[in-house]
This record gives sequence, C-alpha cells and structure tokens, in this order.
Amino acid sequence: MNSKLRYAIFPICLMLPTTSVFAAMEDDPVLYMLKADKFEARDSDEGTVTAWEGHLWVGKDLNKLWIKSEGEHQSGDTESAEFQLLYSRAIDANWDLQVGLRHDAKPDPERNWAVIGFNGISPFWFEIDTALFVEEDGQESLRFEAEYEFMLTQKWVLSPEVEVNWFSEDDDELGIGSGLADIEAGLRLRYEINREFAPYVGIHYERLLGDTEDIANEEGEETNDTQLVVGLRFWF
Amino acid sequence: MFYKKCRNTTNSSSQDALSIQSATDISRRRFVQGVAAGGALMASGLGYSSTARSSYQQPDILSGKHFSLAFDYKKVNFTGEDRIATAINGSVPAPVLRWKQDERVTLDVTNNMAVDSSIHWHGLILPSAMDGVPGISDNFNGIKPGESFRYEFDVKQSGTYWYHSHSGFQEQTGAYGAIIIDPVEPFHISYEREHVIVLSDWSDEDPDDIYAKLKKMSHYYNTRERTTGDLWDEIQENGLSQTWNDRGMWNDMRMSDRDISDVTGYTYTFLMNGNTPADNWTGMFKKGERLRLRIINASAMTLFDLRIPGLKMTVVAADGQNIEPITVDEFRIGVAETYDVLVTPDDDMAYSIFAQAIDRSGYAIGRLTSDPSLHAEVPQMDYAPILTHGDMGMGGMDHSKMDHSNMSSDMMAMMMGGGIEHAETEYGAHIDMLAENPQYRLNDPGVGLRNNGRTVLTYADLRNLVPTHDPREPEREIELHLNGNMRRYMWSINGIKFADAEPLMMKFGERLRITLVNDTMMNHPMHLHGVWSDLETGDDKFIPRKHTVIVQPGSKISYRVTADALGSWAYHCHLQFHMPGMFRRVVIA
Repeated sequence: MNSKLRYAIFPICLMLPTTSVFAAMEDDPVLYMLKADKFEARDSDEGTVTAWEGHLWVGKDLNKLWIKSEGEHQSGDTESAEFQLLYSRAIDANWDLQVGLRHDAKPDPERNWAVIGFNGISPFWFEIDTALFVEEDGQESLRFEAEYEFMLTQKWVLSPEVEVNWFSEDDDELGIGSGLADIEAGLRLRYEINREFAPYVGIHYERLLGDTEDIANEEGEETNDTQLVVGLRFWF
Repeated sequence: MFYKKCRNTTNSSSQDALSIQSATDISRRRFVQGVAAGGALMASGLGYSSTARSSYQQPDILSGKHFSLAFDYKKVNFTGEDRIATAINGSVPAPVLRWKQDERVTLDVTNNMAVDSSIHWHGLILPSAMDGVPGISDNFNGIKPGESFRYEFDVKQSGTYWYHSHSGFQEQTGAYGAIIIDPVEPFHISYEREHVIVLSDWSDEDPDDIYAKLKKMSHYYNTRERTTGDLWDEIQENGLSQTWNDRGMWNDMRMSDRDISDVTGYTYTFLMNGNTPADNWTGMFKKGERLRLRIINASAMTLFDLRIPGLKMTVVAADGQNIEPITVDEFRIGVAETYDVLVTPDDDMAYSIFAQAIDRSGYAIGRLTSDPSLHAEVPQMDYAPILTHGDMGMGGMDHSKMDHSNMSSDMMAMMMGGGIEHAETEYGAHIDMLAENPQYRLNDPGVGLRNNGRTVLTYADLRNLVPTHDPREPEREIELHLNGNMRRYMWSINGIKFADAEPLMMKFGERLRITLVNDTMMNHPMHLHGVWSDLETGDDKFIPRKHTVIVQPGSKISYRVTADALGSWAYHCHLQFHMPGMFRRVVIA
C-alpha cells in the first residue's frame, strides 16, 4: 500500500485508547480499517494490467475520514491513479454522506475535483458508492457503482458489480466526450480463507460509450475489452 | 469429512445436526472442542482427583467470613495456544465463595495487574459503595494496579450468585466466579449433593480486537449466513411470490434473520467450570441421590440452552431466589442469570449436561456420572435458529399456542394493545430498527426453542415461592427502549448511549414499573444493580425477583422495582460488547 498511507496510520494508532478502566467503557473508540476491495492482475489484449481499488478509513461510529484510491498499472506505466480524501458522516442507518477532494495523478494532465457522494447499502443489499465530482474548470462527472454478493456457501462468494461514469463536457486532453462515457462490469468469485483475506478469480469487462467511444475509434484505440482477472481482497 | 472424524475423537458417536457447516476445518474444530486439560485451574479441592479421567478441573471453594482475593495475569491454554487471562487467585473461573446468610463478610481484593480492576457481587443486595462498579458505585473508582480494596458488607440473602470484574472487558478474559450463600433456615427441599456449574465463553482473541472487528464488520463471527442455496430452497418450497414477500422486510431493513449471536463459536470455546468440551467436566452422584445443580451463566456474550438428556430438571430458584418448583426438560439461561435445579438420577450411568450456545455454534458440556469410567452420550445440537417477523417486533406471534390462563387481565390488555411510541432520539443513523408492535412474550421460550418437542422453561413459569415482597401497585412507570444499529454495532437506551445520557432518577422508597421494549433483533439480558427486578410474570401475588432479565428481540417485558437502596447504581445490558453503550446510571435519592 501507498507509503503515505502508512504515515497516516501510525500516529492514529498511537492515539487509540487502551482498554478503558471504567465500568462504562469507551463505547466508540477511534478505529481504522484498510481494505483492498480489488488488488488484481487483468489479462488484457495488450498484456497484463495491475489494478487496485480500496480505501482506508479512520474514525468513530458516525464520523470518519476516508481515503479512497483506485488505479491501473501496465508495463511499467501507471495509466490511472485516483485518490479521494473524504469526510464521511453517517446520515442514516445504512448510508454515509461523503464530501471532499479527488486528485487524479494519472493520466496526464492531472485533474482535481470536489466530491459529494453517498456510500452505503440499499434495500436488497446492494452496496452502493455514488458521487458527483466537480472539476476546477467546471467539468462535472457522475459515477455510480453497485455491487452485490451472492453467498454461495459461507466461504464462496460470487459478486457481480457495475460502474458507469458520466461527464458534462468534453475533455479533449483526456479523450473524454460529454455524456455517458464508459461502463465497467465485473463478476468475481472469491474464497474467504477468513474474513480478512480472500483470493478471487473473475471477469472484468469495460467499454467506452457515446462520444468517448467515437473519440477512441477516431484515434484507433480499442473501445471495449473483456479480461480475466486474478486477485486478492483483503482488509485489516 | 474432517468434521465427523474430529468429533469422533472426542467422546461421541452422534452426528451433529449442524453439519450443514461441513467446511469446518481442523483448527476451527479445535476452538470449539478445546484441548484436553487445558484450563487454568488449580488442583481440585473436591476430592475428585482420584477419578480415572482426571483431565477436568474444578475451582477451589473458599468459605468463611474473611477472604483474600488477588487479580493476576495467568497463562492459560484452552485451544492449544497459550494466552493470558485475568485470573482471580490464579484460577479461571475464580474460586467459589461460600458464605452464610446473615453473616458479615470481608473481602480484601488486591490488583496485581497493570490495569485497573474491580469486583462486582452480582445479584447481591448491599450498599452502593460495596457494589464494585468503577465510576458508578458510591466513592468507588476501581482498584488501581498494586492496590487493594476492602469490601465489607452484610449478607442478607441466600442462594446462587456470582462475582466478576466490572472493569474493561476482564469478564471476557476470565475474571468471574460463583458465590453460594447458605440459608439460615435449611432449604425447603432436601438434597444429598450439589454441584456448581459455571458456564462461560473463552476467546483467544483480545476482547478489544473482537469489539473492533464487530464495529468494522458486524457479521464477522457469523458462519451461518443466509446463502443463495437457502433462497433457492425457499423459492422451491414456497414459490417465488411468497418468498418475495417473506424476504421483503429483511431486504428492506438490510438485516439478516440468521443473526443470532454477535460473537460465536468461530472464536469462542465454551467452558463448563473452566473446562473445554474435550476436558469433559464431571460431577459425581450415587444412584438415587437428589442433586442440586447451581447453574451460572458467566459468559461475556453467550446465552445457553441447557438440558440433561434422560433427566427431568426441577427448577427451584431463579437468580438465587426460590421459586415454586417447576419441572422442565430444558431452559435458556441468559448472560448473568442463575438457575438452581434438582435432578434425581435413578440409574448408574453417565448423563451429559449439555449447554448449547443460542446460535448453535458450539456448546459447553460436562457429565453427571455415578462412575468415572462411564461415557455420557453427547446429544445432537439443534438446528441454528432463524428469526421471525415476531422477533423483529412486528407482532405476528402465534398467540393460539400461548396459554393465557395464568395471565392477569391487565396484562392481556397490554399484550393486545398494539402500537408503540418512539422518542425523537430513537431516529437517526445510530438506529436500524424500531419495533412497531412489540409484544409481551413471557410464554415464548425464545428463538430456537419454540415447539422443539421438549418442555422448556419460560418466564411465565416463574412464580415466587413466598408471597410478593412488596405488594404495592407501582406509582409510576418508566418505559425504556433498547436500541441499536447492528451493522454499525452501536447500542443505546432510548437512542441515547451511556456517554451522552442523564442518570435515571428514582425516589427512595418508591415502587415503580419499568417496561423494557427491545427495538433490536438481539436478546438483551438487562441487569439492574442494587435493587431487585420483580418480574411481572402473571401472578401479582407471587412475583419472582430477578437481577437479570432477558428482553427477547422485538418484545417488551415489565418488572416492578422497589427503590429501597440509596445511592448510585449501574443498569445495563450484560452482553459485554453491548454494555458500553446500552448502559445507564441509576440514582436512588
């Protein structure tokens, strides 16, 4: 994991209270959780892609600081790398409101966004992560991610997921056209060795849509790809 | 299968009804069964050491008026791994303390550990300053490392009680033991022999880690989650539309009907007198003797369902207080409750004392035998229970199966009363469920025990042996709602956690009714310190007195309290990891 994150974790660990001595113990200690939802290798047409998606949170029951990150790395180059720093506040039994900043270190040129989003579990147990991003020069983007978990057994879990991105304007430098720009879908089968540690295999599909697809076609780039993935899901 | 092989190496040929969970691996099995002779106990003081199977251990019995108790760290090994326990006098469980009613006892408690400690005498009526709850009991802030505290009080009552640390999560790590108080007047039924049976749950994990895991992933320890196969079976059986309707509430609330225990046999090894199932604690008898078993649930988080196949149990006391004897096959014992039962084995044989965890993720077991060489058959565990809409406070319990004949008419009226009001503080991100129509469920043995073909004790069966201590009608009623958010693992009363709550005030001498409404899907054993909880079980003339009352999921229950003990008292759910939030200070002034 990113070494900056480690620097963030350690001082917070020192702040964690030791077991309280009073009868009414600390009901709401400061905790942290680092989770890699995806840490995987994808077998793409152009060689192996390494991809990650995960988060770190630090905080208490209802108020937390979140860092989210996702990105892809291929043959020595980091193709995309996104970081979000969010204040997360529980607003409902099942939903957190998350506001903060997003920084896209890759691709070039970098982009910076303001973020407002919702993270939680919808009726029928869909894990939802959705946000509106507003960029410095007025570009707006919406992202919607949903994941479901089929418990095949207590250890084998099949999880389909989908992500779509929408942009308000063209971004010529990054080859993005306005409107729905891309969709990603995945199906992963994991085996929970324990709760914290689960290797998985699966399929990852992505395709560009609309104007973004047209731009890619003009530049002779691929507009969709289906990849086999092998990875590890872990948290602590 | 590993599962069956491992089981057969213990002492049973019976197959577990729960081998649905056949993926169980060896190391996990070792958790549940424990390793033989693994306890932390000192040598037996009861003269059983000459038996053929001597792997089980027995806590010492200390009797008299003056006691010296010391907290120390102690290396224990219940699972094959060494761990550090918080032991009292080097023993887990702590020694049995045997007192005499109407005597004055003095207990010097020394803390040799690096953190604060304390002892609470659970169920004892005594001055607040002697109650041992740091920061709550009058002038008591715990016993600092290296320091001692002298407890001194008159023993007013008799019966079976227990004691435990009220600091941190030390109960989870071994600081608990039995108290027996012999009555001035002989017990009204004669018996030849008695055994103390302390049930508990041991984890090799640090309790702070367990608590943190529950906050990060509340279903962490649930290895009986609903699977796609379960859904498929349900569709096959009930059809798609019925299944859609049945699942609707759960899917809408984002809660699981398989959520029975927060912490399970996945990490717990269940102990009987500090013995793992593999140790097989043994209590002796001679054929035809009447035995009194003093059963105490000293667990941190586990409710047990206890039975002794082949023997009827006559329950003679609940929470130390004598009740009108009632004969049953089985009873549920909530965390911190005690029951005294009489059994009369007529044969020279071995009987299993079988205490299965409420979620059936494991069990504590021992045996009663006339001959140490005999093996007791180990019963099958029941199927893991599944919560119903009634357990979620939606009403809908099957009243036709209940016996209303012994209920007072006002109770009937309340039971049929319907809806309930919730305070503003019960709405928000810290609450995931509010019971719409909580019912009195005194006749309900509880989830997992309904219609199981055995005679199961219910609270409606409890009738005090002597007339109601304080026959006054309550002057007022306090309604308290037990709240939580399962996923966020937050617990509160009336939606307000202890840290933010004002004390609950009672007027000295007043008689009041407390009605507890459970707005969660978990059982909460609620313990009121200092004064009795006179449980309204139907007959106002013979109200049983309890110190700990299970409030079933989605239900309500009422008890009367005579506020006859001045001072500051604790009032809380006795589940160790609910307690930090689901807690109130009670001030009687």
